[in-house]
Amino acid sequence: MLALPVGLTAALTLSACGGGGDGGGDGDIELVVATFNEFGYEELLEEYEEANPGITVIQRKTGTAEAHHQNLFTKIGAGSGLADIEGVEEGYIAQAMEASGRFHDLNEIGPDDVSPDRWLDWKYEGGQTPDGKLIGYGTDIGPLAMCYRADLLEEAGLPSDPAEVGELFATWDSYFAAGDEFIAANPDTAWFDFGPQVFNAMHNQLETGYYDTDSNLVVETNADIRDNWDQVVAAIEGGQSAGLEAFSPAWDTSFREDAFATKTCPPWLLGQIEELAGPDKVWRVAEDFPDGGGNWGGTWLTVPTQTDHPEEAAALAAWLTAPEQQTRAFVASGPFPSQIEALESEELLALTNEYFDVDTGALFAERAADVGPAQFKGPRDGQIQSNVLSPALASIEEGTASPDQAWDAFLSGSLNLAG
Amino acid sequence: MTVGTSGSTGSDGTGADGDPPASPGDGGGRRSLRERLNHWDVRYSPYLYIAPFFVIFAIVGLFPLLYTSYVSLFDWSLVAEDPVFIGLDNYVALMGDARFWQAMVNTISIFILSTAPQLAMALLFAVLLDAHLRARTIFRVGLLLPYVASLVALGIIFGNLFNHDYGLINGVLGLFGIDPINWHANRFASHVAIASMVNWRWTGYNALIILAAMQAIPRDLYEAATVDGAGRWRRFISVTLPMLRPTMFFVVITATVGGLQIFTEPKLFAQVPGSNNGGSTGQFQTVTLYMYQQGFENFDLGYASATAWVLFLVIVIFALINFWLTRRISSTEDSR
Repeated sequence: MLALPVGLTAALTLSACGGGGDGGGDGDIELVVATFNEFGYEELLEEYEEANPGITVIQRKTGTAEAHHQNLFTKIGAGSGLADIEGVEEGYIAQAMEASGRFHDLNEIGPDDVSPDRWLDWKYEGGQTPDGKLIGYGTDIGPLAMCYRADLLEEAGLPSDPAEVGELFATWDSYFAAGDEFIAANPDTAWFDFGPQVFNAMHNQLETGYYDTDSNLVVETNADIRDNWDQVVAAIEGGQSAGLEAFSPAWDTSFREDAFATKTCPPWLLGQIEELAGPDKVWRVAEDFPDGGGNWGGTWLTVPTQTDHPEEAAALAAWLTAPEQQTRAFVASGPFPSQIEALESEELLALTNEYFDVDTGALFAERAADVGPAQFKGPRDGQIQSNVLSPALASIEEGTASPDQAWDAFLSGSLNLAG
Repeated sequence: MTVGTSGSTGSDGTGADGDPPASPGDGGGRRSLRERLNHWDVRYSPYLYIAPFFVIFAIVGLFPLLYTSYVSLFDWSLVAEDPVFIGLDNYVALMGDARFWQAMVNTISIFILSTAPQLAMALLFAVLLDAHLRARTIFRVGLLLPYVASLVALGIIFGNLFNHDYGLINGVLGLFGIDPINWHANRFASHVAIASMVNWRWTGYNALIILAAMQAIPRDLYEAATVDGAGRWRRFISVTLPMLRPTMFFVVITATVGGLQIFTEPKLFAQVPGSNNGGSTGQFQTVTLYMYQQGFENFDLGYASATAWVLFLVIVIFALINFWLTRRISSTEDSR
């Protein structure tokens, strides 16, 4: 008997939060911003309230990206309960595109002074649907660099100084070749952590990914995918992979155990590596990344059509993603800016990291400049990567499937998802 | 309750002024209305009393059940605007879906690995606790502690225990010269690991229910049995087990329903936090995990609903089989 009224009250409270009802009615507007992990918005939002009387901003934080997006898409399906501004992460943006009718076109409702050249091209394009509708303002990005254990490379007789490792990390060919050399000299340690991590970095550099620009699945006909696959499988079979599923408890532990020597790393991973590895492991960041640049992670701010105040919400989102605010959010809690002006700001360029002994701001700003055009992401792109491709490669590492079986599982799994 | 029965019309007449006990039909509208109300009261108010349960059941039980069957007939995406009616296509696709059947086999395997030892151990614990022990309450509370512990914490702890490279269990096996078992990769090993999580959590809970039932068995039955010369084992077989039969039904049925819906344990057992894959080749993906993945990760609500319905039918079948088995087992014991 009790369960029902309690449930109802909870539902009502939630929808009151999300709906952003017109408070007192005398011009007071309440805007809810839904975020996950660390966006660094606390001080910024307070400042926005002060500068814009009559607007109250509430931040609804969710711990993990997974829970946040689960909530987001369930409420899109339910047709109510969303915040006025919802963050959408890279891995989920394709799904948001699929439901693009549920988001406002920021070209239409956003402030006029927001121009595309505020952002890096590929970041701006990433928030756009194929038919040119802008559903998200870009916040942060994750330009890829290569992190490596200088001490282990040195032991194996390889160059280890950031200025000298360039040739090892110039191309994927040289990267895998160096891997062979490394494990020949140091058979107890793998070259990289997990096959799918390397594959994903290679994959995101491709011009065409799992889908062509008309959203047709092309995994079977895209020869580049097969090439990358073959290279990674060869590396796995050559013993270069530690076979540690990224972000699993074992992966966490492995940083303390000399389990592998290199790791693809966006700026947001540096803090984690430092924390996991501890002070006596010598991690460095190389200035080069194989075959150019790459991106891993980053978010867009969207304005769902459920909001009662689309224009006010778009104005807030535009303000939050403006270069000055991005720089401050970055300083506050580390999301790496995607705006050209922020990437050139002195505050960012001056940032150094003692543990990695590197000017992180300058290095990653350069890495960001190397990222190629945005690869088109089809409707099931994220799921193909995390639920079909990664498990297939992992099954080779675990020894539960042969490379041929794993390839078949990858093909049939992606067809299933897309069909 | 009996006051209002139709036979009591005469007693009701005291209020009226000496009307002949003629047929009540002509006695005036007012009186007959009262009678009719009385009649209705008796006939219908019991239904009203139990109505709240059925109303709530209709809202939170029946409606979702029926609505799910409705959704399962559509190509229904969580985020798209218009569902398309496709009849039984979802069910047809499901029957040919190798991944679904794999999940079904996983579920049944984990279910058997957890339920059977769990109930046997629960019965054993109950018998031990039924004996005259010192500090019985402490042992009983101790049994229930795993059930109270947070399932998420439990998942993390077991995930670490069963870790291939750095886990305690493989470490201990290594001391005896046994090669490390890849608990996450090997299909059967992963089922054993997940079943051990379930057993750890639910054995005590079931033991306490069985214990409560044991304590309700009249002690003079045992005394009579002892007088008749029955030993401990004989008393257990011929008195305790038959008397426990209704409770065992309950425990077996709830374990069946819960075991076949197993979701949290395999989800938490996955190496990657939040993954619904159930391992790299789906080796420990259960039906509910698969359903959840279809519905909330792939947005295919229609397919997920069809999965839910098939699972519902399977649970009903298993519950009936178990009901029949439990009945058979305890009645053969009974007849001895």
